[in-house]
Amino acid sequence: MQVAGNGRRSIRCGAAFALVVGLWCVVPAGAAQTPNSCINCHSAQTTERLRQPAIRYPDDIHAAKNVSCTDCHGGDASRGFTENDPRLAHSRSKGYRGAPRPEAIPELCARCHSDVEYMKNYSPKLRVDQLLEYRSSYHGKALAKGDEKVATCTSCHGVHGILPASDTRSPTYKTNVAATCARCHADPDRMAPYGIPTDQLALYSASIHGRKLLEEGDLAAPTCNSCHGNHGATPPGLTSTSEVCGECHANNRDFFNQSPHKDAYAEMEIGECVTCHGHHDIQHLTDDKVGVSSESLCIECHAEGEPGYQTAAGIAAGLDSLKTMLAIAHERLERAERGGVDVALGKFDLHAADDALIKARTAVHYFNPEKFNEVISAGLTETENVIGHGDAALWDLKLRRIGLAFAIPLILFVALMLVFKIRQIERRKPIP
Amino acid sequence: MNQSRIAAWLDERLSLSALSDLARKKQVPMHRHSLWYYLGGMTLFCFLVQVISGIFLLLYYRPTAEAAFESVQFIMTDVPFGWLVRSIHSWAANLLIFFAFVHMFSVFLLRGFRKPREITWVSGAMLLFLSLGFGFSGYLLPWNQLAYFATKVGTDILGQVPLVGGWLLEVARGGEDVTGATLTRFFGVHVAILPMITTFFLLTHLVLVQKQGMSVPIGPEYKTCRQMPFMPNFALRDLVGWTLALGLLVLLASLFPWELGVKADPLASAPAGIRPEWFFVFMFQTLKYIPGKVLFIDGELIGIAGFALAGLALVLVPFLDRRASREERGALFTAIGWIGIGYIILFTILGYVA
Amino acid sequence: MNRRGFLDLLLGGGAVALLGAIVYPILRFVMPPRQPEASVSSVVAAKVGELAPNTGKLFRFGKDPALLVLTARGEYRAFSATCTHLDCNVQYRPDLEHIWCACHNGHYDLNGKNIAGPPPAPLTQYDVRVRGDDIIVTRA
Repeated sequence: MQVAGNGRRSIRCGAAFALVVGLWCVVPAGAAQTPNSCINCHSAQTTERLRQPAIRYPDDIHAAKNVSCTDCHGGDASRGFTENDPRLAHSRSKGYRGAPRPEAIPELCARCHSDVEYMKNYSPKLRVDQLLEYRSSYHGKALAKGDEKVATCTSCHGVHGILPASDTRSPTYKTNVAATCARCHADPDRMAPYGIPTDQLALYSASIHGRKLLEEGDLAAPTCNSCHGNHGATPPGLTSTSEVCGECHANNRDFFNQSPHKDAYAEMEIGECVTCHGHHDIQHLTDDKVGVSSESLCIECHAEGEPGYQTAAGIAAGLDSLKTMLAIAHERLERAERGGVDVALGKFDLHAADDALIKARTAVHYFNPEKFNEVISAGLTETENVIGHGDAALWDLKLRRIGLAFAIPLILFVALMLVFKIRQIERRKPIP
Repeated sequence: MNQSRIAAWLDERLSLSALSDLARKKQVPMHRHSLWYYLGGMTLFCFLVQVISGIFLLLYYRPTAEAAFESVQFIMTDVPFGWLVRSIHSWAANLLIFFAFVHMFSVFLLRGFRKPREITWVSGAMLLFLSLGFGFSGYLLPWNQLAYFATKVGTDILGQVPLVGGWLLEVARGGEDVTGATLTRFFGVHVAILPMITTFFLLTHLVLVQKQGMSVPIGPEYKTCRQMPFMPNFALRDLVGWTLALGLLVLLASLFPWELGVKADPLASAPAGIRPEWFFVFMFQTLKYIPGKVLFIDGELIGIAGFALAGLALVLVPFLDRRASREERGALFTAIGWIGIGYIILFTILGYVA
Repeated sequence: MNRRGFLDLLLGGGAVALLGAIVYPILRFVMPPRQPEASVSSVVAAKVGELAPNTGKLFRFGKDPALLVLTARGEYRAFSATCTHLDCNVQYRPDLEHIWCACHNGHYDLNGKNIAGPPPAPLTQYDVRVRGDDIIVTRA
């Protein structure tokens, strides 16, 4: 680690201080701080730019861990306020360096965050490879070439008010990540020099992943860093896209990797998964996208007569047949239920049959007729089961109607006979 | 064995001949309003159907929050003809209350409550309230969402009664909220307490009707109208009505089986359009129209007080209609009767379309 | 037979038939069905010996799917089989020796706890008892 001498001493002071106070002791920001002339003087400033750091720092996670201003900025925090002389605090001999330039920020943060032994004092599970990752990223490489406009640590994590990513208020909390990235990546003026599109946030927010995360609050849905990484932010490589998507969509990945498309896409140098599904704008693909209709994606590569075309047609036909049978099964159960017969057992099996459709849509990624049809047949068997239940219920219903057709005439017959009896009695013995 | 020998044996011990004489002597007046005489028997028929179908349901029903819904589902699906017994029970409940109201209104308009039939009327009013109680307590027993929330709303209103409201609510619910305790309590009310009380009032009502005979409307033309012997003429006609009512029940139960609904989930939000059973809808709708506060009194309280007063007035009708007790026709109570009928019908319809 | 007697016969016959039509369903109703009570809180999930060690079986509990597992160590475990992510039916994976959901790669350990993937909550665990030949699963 290359640091200036004074800086190293400041780190050691800070580390010793933290050790002395208590390794696992998380103290409220205000309570255990020794009197800090930086905070005191800067809080009293009228210029916002100078006042804000002091106001926000007490909420910072670093403040809670007893890292003080001087641990990053150097200088002397014990003097300067009461004497009303900033130069005492801004002491060059004590290592004061002011606000660091953008290209110095990663190294500054890494002084602690890449020091394995130091970070162990706070939590042994904390990662210490952020700088390494950053340097491998587009942001890091551009910064190394002198581009000061790219993202550095503070661009995403903030400064003087940094919160851990688990805090919902943090710009790095899962639901906030997309907006944080978009601060730059959705700004056309900022992105113009790099020629990068700026529609990712808009596309993502409208995508199924975006809607799940941002509207429904489903934290299982991915956001920017789920696929691009954090500090090593890079778009997934052409031949490793399925690995990224496969983190969640494991079966789709496994089936795809066994399919003829894996090698074919690598040869054609087109992205796995994204070629059909898109990346930022992923939507729930509808079934008409598979097959040989004008809407389908398959015919964009496969012409009529090719084996691929036949496979596509077969897959679409299989899906259609399963969906048709499922619809019949649903309808039959509904009809029985409407007639008043309870179909709980049928509904239980219907759940398994509906699952089969989900499995079938995943099995599409085999792009292999035999394997796909195995799943379809299993689904069709389940559906037949359900239709059997439905038919039994409808037969029950029919029996009831037959019973009714027998009971009602019988009742009416008895009523009629009673009427005749009354007339007979009153003919013989009229009422006076 | 000879029929008359059995009859003689029983008669020596039970004086049955006195009863059969009574039956043979009983006469039913024949006039243009005689059709209404069938309604009491129709109501009784529905009640008997309820007792019998209810007892059979008792063989399988479980009155706990964990098992009630499933036991009703079991009856509807796994027990042979369980669907029929249960649907008949649900339909006959509605028919019972319907006939009870019509019977009550017809007796009211025909002034059947005049001396010496005041006690008959009072016991009849009690029977009407009891049948509403049967309806309310029975509605909860399948333990589905609609029933759960309808009970919640209904018992909430109990809590509005001044002074004793809080106590009433807790006693009714078996606690502060509607829970399994409420279910068990309602079950006990439905199968034991109400039947016991009903037996008392029903016997009073029936014995008095037999003893005092049928009342005729006010007016000289009715005093000398024709009379039909109860046995066998009117009784056979009654039987025709009962047979047709049975047919109607079987038809309704088969073509429109009663639904199971969704199992009650106290933690879920109330489904939209919560409404009590149809026979309470007119009261529910009335409460909706009363403003939140009238002067300084809670609107709901006014509504409850109003209904309580109306109920009391209903019981006391024989003592309120002075003209009737003088055997004089009176337009006032006739008007009140028709207004009452119109109000109930109108507000019930409003409860469904508004 | 005269008209009166004929009418009596018809009436009597009709009444008896009607009575029979009422009594028959009642008699059938009173005879308990094969499964004598609703399986609300307990069900026989399988017979002893039906499952090999390190396998699972889907069965019906009330109206919901449930999973019975015989672990490699010979213990029976039972869980709700509805994945807490998007309601797919989970399955037992002998190669992973824990529970897995095929829809989005959700993993649950043998205590039902969600250990990887999208599921946000654990699977409800049920009690398992062996009585004679029956493996009985009850709600905890």
